[in-house]
Amino acid sequence: MESTIIKSRNFNASFGTNHVVKNVNIDIPRNHIIAVMGPSGCGKTTYLRCINRMHELIPGATCNGEMKLNDEDVYQMHPIFVRLKIGMVFQRPNPFPNLSIYDNVIAGYKLNGISLPKAERDEIVQRSLTKVALWTEVKDSLNKKGSFLSGGQQQRLCIARTVAMEPEVILFDEPTSALDPISTSTVEELFHELKANYTLIIVTHNMQQAARVSDKTAFFFLGELVEYDETKTMFTNPKDQRTQNYITGRFS
Amino acid sequence: MDAKNVKLRLGKSSGFQWLIYVLAFACLVPLMAILFYIVQAGVTKINWHFLVNIPKPVGESGGGIANALVGSIIIILVSAVIAIPIGIMAGVYLSENRRGRLAYWVRLCTDILQGVPSIVIGIVAYFWLVRPWDLGFIHHKGGFSAISGSCALAIMMLPIIVRSTEETLKLLPDTLKEAALALGMPFHRVIFKVIVPVGISGILSGVMLSVARITGETAPLLFTAFGNPYLSVNIAKPMQSLPLLIYNYATSPYQDWLNLAWGASLILLIWVLFLNILTKVITRKWKVQL
Amino acid sequence: MITRSDLPLRVINSSPQAIAKAKARARRSFRQIRTENVFRRSLMIMGLLMIVLVLGICLTLAMQSRLSISTLGAKYLWSKVWDPVQDVYGAWPFLLGTLLTSFLALIISIPFSISVAIFLGEYHPKGWLPNFLKNAVELIAAVPSVIYGFWGLAVLVPIVRSFESSIGVAPVGVGIFTSSLILAVMVIPYAASLGRSMISLVPSHLKEAAYALGATRWEVVRSVILPYTKSGLFAGILLSLGRALGETMAVTMVIGNTSDIPKSIFAPGNTMASVIANQFTEADKPVYLSALIELGLVLFLVTVVINLIGKKIIDRFTNE
Repeated sequence: MESTIIKSRNFNASFGTNHVVKNVNIDIPRNHIIAVMGPSGCGKTTYLRCINRMHELIPGATCNGEMKLNDEDVYQMHPIFVRLKIGMVFQRPNPFPNLSIYDNVIAGYKLNGISLPKAERDEIVQRSLTKVALWTEVKDSLNKKGSFLSGGQQQRLCIARTVAMEPEVILFDEPTSALDPISTSTVEELFHELKANYTLIIVTHNMQQAARVSDKTAFFFLGELVEYDETKTMFTNPKDQRTQNYITGRFS
Repeated sequence: MDAKNVKLRLGKSSGFQWLIYVLAFACLVPLMAILFYIVQAGVTKINWHFLVNIPKPVGESGGGIANALVGSIIIILVSAVIAIPIGIMAGVYLSENRRGRLAYWVRLCTDILQGVPSIVIGIVAYFWLVRPWDLGFIHHKGGFSAISGSCALAIMMLPIIVRSTEETLKLLPDTLKEAALALGMPFHRVIFKVIVPVGISGILSGVMLSVARITGETAPLLFTAFGNPYLSVNIAKPMQSLPLLIYNYATSPYQDWLNLAWGASLILLIWVLFLNILTKVITRKWKVQL
Repeated sequence: MITRSDLPLRVINSSPQAIAKAKARARRSFRQIRTENVFRRSLMIMGLLMIVLVLGICLTLAMQSRLSISTLGAKYLWSKVWDPVQDVYGAWPFLLGTLLTSFLALIISIPFSISVAIFLGEYHPKGWLPNFLKNAVELIAAVPSVIYGFWGLAVLVPIVRSFESSIGVAPVGVGIFTSSLILAVMVIPYAASLGRSMISLVPSHLKEAAYALGATRWEVVRSVILPYTKSGLFAGILLSLGRALGETMAVTMVIGNTSDIPKSIFAPGNTMASVIANQFTEADKPVYLSALIELGLVLFLVTVVINLIGKKIIDRFTNE
């Protein structure tokens, strides 16, 4: 019996008077990969950023409704706790430029003021880099800054950084749109392996990617959640005409 | 990771935030203190008498700063007349030659000029424009003139005018120039009748900023214009200016002269602040990086 | 440059009026081309003037210092006694005074400049209050230095004097400490405005990465913004330093104008700029004058180098 890890009821988000996410109701099951897709400006990224409370960092941004993580309302918790349980990987790989690869991976701990003994830190770094299939590539250059890494490797470093904090959910905001096809496929392979321990919610512009990697797909259009179903069903037999139009490329 | 640790970190975050707010606004304290002091010390000294008379000799009360007011206006006007055409044309040259070896050196030298201490410019102006006309053989005590002071101040104005002209013109789209040239307009007309008028507020704000800058300058005038206790309009002879008067009288022990210095300070302050505020109002329209 | 041979050939009929008209048109075109070439050349000359000015300044300073350099040698710079009456010249007291006042002013002003920069760049980039602060800080730079000096003389010096007597130091009032205080205020706007532009350039995705990991606002400032803008802030500090080194009038009025080596920061002294301002017109011996000019040369070289390094750092930062 799969349990729901993230639940939204009547969730709305706005930028000032601009209402961009309208009445979203969605149940996200644990240890699944959920793809969120839709045309530009449909609100999918805004919705994603509301899950880990990054949306409110923008001046003038507001939201209301229910957003629950494991039956606890995320908006009643302190944002720092929320972000420790729900990690995020961004569109552009953003390792901290002044830190070495090692320091980047445990940056989350450093930033939160958690000091660990060296043995434990080494173990976390190795474990996280192994999880993202980067360990063998960088284990001899842990003390170098990450600027020599390729785009795909940098993005995997950012995933390692997120994974090191052992969150329950990882949010991905168009994680491969800035990467070349080969790096994209390495990152996509990662999703399958991460599924065992985490729940992944991936916003993507790329329909084929959504079809490739996800278990369930949510289709957003003009701020509303139009359809949410098993990926196979969604792409072969969509229930809503708008979904059908999007999948067949009538608009993008 | 527990709630206490997070509370501490949040406390630290707020604490540092308040520290930054306090330190940032604390900068205004000396500024306000100076403004208020000058206003209250100077406002009682200013009247019509003050503005139209020249300083009286030591011991006699009364007197005014007419020679400094007139002198400042003349010196600044002459500096502007020298610096503005040269500065604008050099700025046009730089905006027309984005790359190129000569342009690189010109730009570099403009940047160097901007950082030269004002007293060094005063020294150099002394040797170029005062010394040759100094006919005393034993103690060099003559040759001072207002025009040498104006030249020194013009040298200080140049980098500001050049840079602001260049930056303003760089912002204009190339298509403007190309359209004018395509109509068969000669180049100098394109510049003066098309490009400069469009960029006039950016250039003007650079000019005004440079005038505001030199209005309060004293060091370059110490050995050039030198100062003059009498009202003079002869630019080939020493001339008084507001900042020079303030410097000389403020460091003197005579109460009458100190009074004059306070009144002069208030007038200079108002003048400089007015020019700066005017520049900001004009720059807002243009967002020029000065 | 356009030359006559670049003009296209035209075929005209041979009536006398047509020929005259064509001649007039040709004359006008040639005149216009000549004007254009003259104009372009005069633009270049104006640009060249900048180079000529800088070279001229270097040359004049160097030539006028020649006498002092040949007579006094290099040890002029570290000799400790300045007594023109006895023909003894040593620049060390003024070098020391300059270093002390400038660095003390920097140390005092840096917390304030950086706070303004962080406030305006990160916490409150928009709004009427930040705008007011930004303009007010720029106004600090606009106030003429004589006015700072006069106010320092009339208000700050008595305050420092009573402070000095309360801590048991000779209550002179004027001195290195007072000059540093005034310099610190005057120098705040330079590091503050450069710092602000550097901080506002920090890419938001780096800040978001830190927030997403659970950082507080101050932690984002300390771990992301400050390391990223390190070199830009350093350049701002260099610019402030350059300004402090060359400042003359305010310092001259409150530093006490003695040629002795200051024994403490509360003692009076002189800086390179202030000794030139004070003694230039009194210099009646050629070596005396030349020694002062040599100080001007040192001041020129040091401020130019510092300003150029600062500008180079800024260029590299904004072009990355």
